[in-house]
Amino acid sequence: MKSFLSALLRSRAGLFGFVLVMLFVAGAILAPYLGLASPIRSSLTSRMVAPTWTGLFSPGAHPLGTDELGRDILSRILYGSRTTLLIAAGAVILGGAVGTLLGIIAGYYRGIVDRILMRVVDIQLALPLMLLALLVVAAVGASTQNLVIVLALTSWLRYARIIRGQVLALREREFILSAHAIGAGTWRIMIKHLLPNVMTPVLVIATLELARIIIMDAALSFLGLGVQPPSPSWGRMLADGRVYITTAWWIVTFPGLAILLTVLSVNLLGDWLRDYFDPKLRTAR
Amino acid sequence: MTRYLLTKLIEAFIAIWGVVTIVFFVSRILGDPAVLLVPVGAGQQEIDNLRTALGLDRPLLEQYFQSLFSMLKGDFGISFQHTRPALDVVLERMPATASLAGLALLFGTLIGAAAGAIAALMRGTVAELIVMVAALLGQATPTFWLGIMLILLFSVELGLLPTGGSGTWLHYILPGLTLSVFVSASIARLLRSSLLDIMREDYVRTARSKGLMPRTVFFWHIARNALIPVVTMIGIIAGELLGGSVVIETVFAWPGVGRVIVQGIQAQDFPVIQAGVTLVAAIFVFVNLLVDLLYGVLDPRIRRG
Repeated sequence: MKSFLSALLRSRAGLFGFVLVMLFVAGAILAPYLGLASPIRSSLTSRMVAPTWTGLFSPGAHPLGTDELGRDILSRILYGSRTTLLIAAGAVILGGAVGTLLGIIAGYYRGIVDRILMRVVDIQLALPLMLLALLVVAAVGASTQNLVIVLALTSWLRYARIIRGQVLALREREFILSAHAIGAGTWRIMIKHLLPNVMTPVLVIATLELARIIIMDAALSFLGLGVQPPSPSWGRMLADGRVYITTAWWIVTFPGLAILLTVLSVNLLGDWLRDYFDPKLRTAR
Repeated sequence: MTRYLLTKLIEAFIAIWGVVTIVFFVSRILGDPAVLLVPVGAGQQEIDNLRTALGLDRPLLEQYFQSLFSMLKGDFGISFQHTRPALDVVLERMPATASLAGLALLFGTLIGAAAGAIAALMRGTVAELIVMVAALLGQATPTFWLGIMLILLFSVELGLLPTGGSGTWLHYILPGLTLSVFVSASIARLLRSSLLDIMREDYVRTARSKGLMPRTVFFWHIARNALIPVVTMIGIIAGELLGGSVVIETVFAWPGVGRVIVQGIQAQDFPVIQAGVTLVAAIFVFVNLLVDLLYGVLDPRIRRG
């Protein structure tokens, strides 16, 4: 842990990503306690107010301006990050759990189970997932729960494939053989012995998947298939603000910047994690 | 090679069949088209008549096999919105989507490959840093937002280019640029790290030490091998461009397949959704198949393994 932290402190890109991710998480969690304007209550007297930085801490300040209904954009971005992070984290955890488990099963049992699972992965990799996600969400409705499930479905295969490869190599190692020898059951070997040994690649894939899922979620809600109004979501803010592009550039600019910064910081952190845990890749830097 | 090819072909067919199946059952969840099609104020009798006429009253499985069979013949039914064959509606939008994706793939790959090669060959210089920062930003930027920002700058502020639509070559610039950024960022990062990996291989040192010209070593020993992962990547990106066309075509009001699918979903126009998604998926699968074959040509180990 100590060497992990000191390595993180030495990498400028990794540290930048880590700090930004922490800031976003903190912002999402603390949003209701920051004394922000309401993200959903509209105010007809302050519609499309341009960003102003004077009197930043006074109650009526709008540092990022207001939208077409007079709602504070900073507040909407912070509240929107709650939905985004909730959905993305849910999808990453669900997809990661299912994918890891299936990867371990495929690698451990090999044979027909492995062949079928890997075929399914190959076939799903050859499908336009964005399009299918769009279709399924349109059909089943864009609730938080449905979005988590659909996004997880686009994600599990990336874990399954890599974890299977890891397990194929692990299952021949002495500690697994000795676990067999003392009579440990299949589940015990998979959960107690194999799972802890694949957690680092799982963590690396999960970070990179988080970035991909945040963009996909934003794209879905941009097309009107995200969490439904009045709950703020970044993609929706972009779609709504696009109409006012000629008169109020800030409505459409800042939510996109929020997506960019979040994805950038998660990517930086993910790249660094991969380089840290996989020395073979690290030398390439 | 024959066996490899055969496996890939069978996989491709299963993939398309899977898409058709998903699309069929999902579009039945979307809603009852008969209700949408009858005039306002029509009675239950009229709805029922229409359902019978459209075959929507028959058992779901029967409808499924029926539509599988028709699709094999290229018949996706009549579009509810356009009242003509759904496949025609989708096919005539295909050139717009394909030309845009092709343009972005071409320019994005060229720019990305050049940038990636520069970054790898000029390690530790400012040039590498600039390329890598630009690529990181390019990968993190959502294409739909980048598109809107470009419209804001070039159309709204400077008034140089059209905000959307199609017709002249000027209409290609903004959507093409938007997609190229996404393509070149991925290609640049991958080619750079792949080049750096290969440059450290023993056979590269051997080639250098036997006195080959640096240019020969680069093109025959390094670039050739570094291109293998890039080819796979190009296949994946081509697929993402097609699937992602739904978003970018919405931003630029581009009359392509993605837009017609989104409109089909909004209007619950099953035949158009089915034809559109199946067509995109078929192209997607075909591109992937092509990539797998090319991969076999570039890397003989896969062919024989």
